[in-house]
Amino acid sequence: MDEGLRSELSKQGVFTTTLQDLYNWSRRNSMWPLNFGLACCAIEMIAASMARFDIARFGAEVFRPSPRQADLMIVAGTVTKKMAPLVVRLYNQMPEPKYVIAMGACAISGGPFKQGYNVLKGIDRYLPVDIHIPGCPPKPEALLHGLIQLQQKVAAQSLTGEDRPRSLREDAPAEFPVPTYGPYDLQPPHNPEVWRPPVVVRDAAG
Amino acid sequence: MESLESICDRLRAALPGVDVQIVPNPAIPAQPSLVVARDQALAVARWLRDDPALRLDYCANVTGVDWPETVFQEKVRVRRVVDGTEREVEETVEHRRPGHLEAVYHLYSMRLGHGPLILRQRTGNRAEDARVTSLTPVWRSAEFQEREAYDLFGIVFTGHPDLRRILMWDEFQDFPMRKDYVEPDDYEYEPTPHDEVLTKARRHYPTGGTSA
Repeated sequence: MDEGLRSELSKQGVFTTTLQDLYNWSRRNSMWPLNFGLACCAIEMIAASMARFDIARFGAEVFRPSPRQADLMIVAGTVTKKMAPLVVRLYNQMPEPKYVIAMGACAISGGPFKQGYNVLKGIDRYLPVDIHIPGCPPKPEALLHGLIQLQQKVAAQSLTGEDRPRSLREDAPAEFPVPTYGPYDLQPPHNPEVWRPPVVVRDAAG
Repeated sequence: MESLESICDRLRAALPGVDVQIVPNPAIPAQPSLVVARDQALAVARWLRDDPALRLDYCANVTGVDWPETVFQEKVRVRRVVDGTEREVEETVEHRRPGHLEAVYHLYSMRLGHGPLILRQRTGNRAEDARVTSLTPVWRSAEFQEREAYDLFGIVFTGHPDLRRILMWDEFQDFPMRKDYVEPDDYEYEPTPHDEVLTKARRHYPTGGTSA
């Protein structure tokens, strides 16, 4: 619909919208996160939900204790290799459309524990991450900023066409394979559908 | 709390033939500890808990220490015949200390408000005889921490009710807190490698790390 006509109609008291806008507006303003935290980032997430920062201003205050009722998974903290299959399983149990925020250095890359034997080098190895929030831990404001970015991303999604979200594609996988425990690492160490190791081109000087 | 020496004396009187030794601590805290033979550990632990003057009813901490096999040199003066005359010469003697693992318990008394008393048990070696006696029957709080020491150091606690891994997954092999643990080579691209990560990164550079 033409933007000028829409503005003209609204001056006359006629409200017009599209189904897509209505759908995205309702989704982005009632983003219910899954109620789970893995490490110290979870403390900041809790702080963001409390009165001082009040994540309810953005409609994301309903932390659901069940993945069946959640739209958003905030991976808040260090994902150990022991925990990673359970995180993937929780994600699989969430209904579409669903989004993932990787909060903090650990969830993004393993953080200070990246070289350790027991920590996953980032949850994006197994899950499609929508928003990365850097920080160790990120402040509640940073989490709110990440949430607003996600809301803008949701608002820009179209329901039809080539760039429609993953949840509306028939060919996109509905579930992500849950890794199994191996003798040293998870099997497979990453999901090649979601993530591939970065290829670094170096010259002869190394 | 009474001194470790007097505890040792009373312990020997109460349990004849018991093998306990005091280990001095050369570090700044200078806190000595008690080493007990592993086959007598249960009796000693019961005595420490039930003795009216000690009443060490609370086991706050269980941890492990890995002592790999070490060779250390000591300078000794010996008399030896050199060029027909006997004189004193200085010689270096090599000692080999076999490796072992240690389980360390920190004991406190809630009732009498004193502690800690540090109790140690040593395993025979670091391989098939890495066994000590579980003190979970005496202090229930040792259960999970002994599992942790088993998980990370591979100390087998005989008499433990449920000895499984607790932090790592069940399928995990090896014991990552041992000093000779070799971590799997799962290096990935690092934008700013430094220190050990840099040496690790160089092994994966196409030139094999010959240049910086």
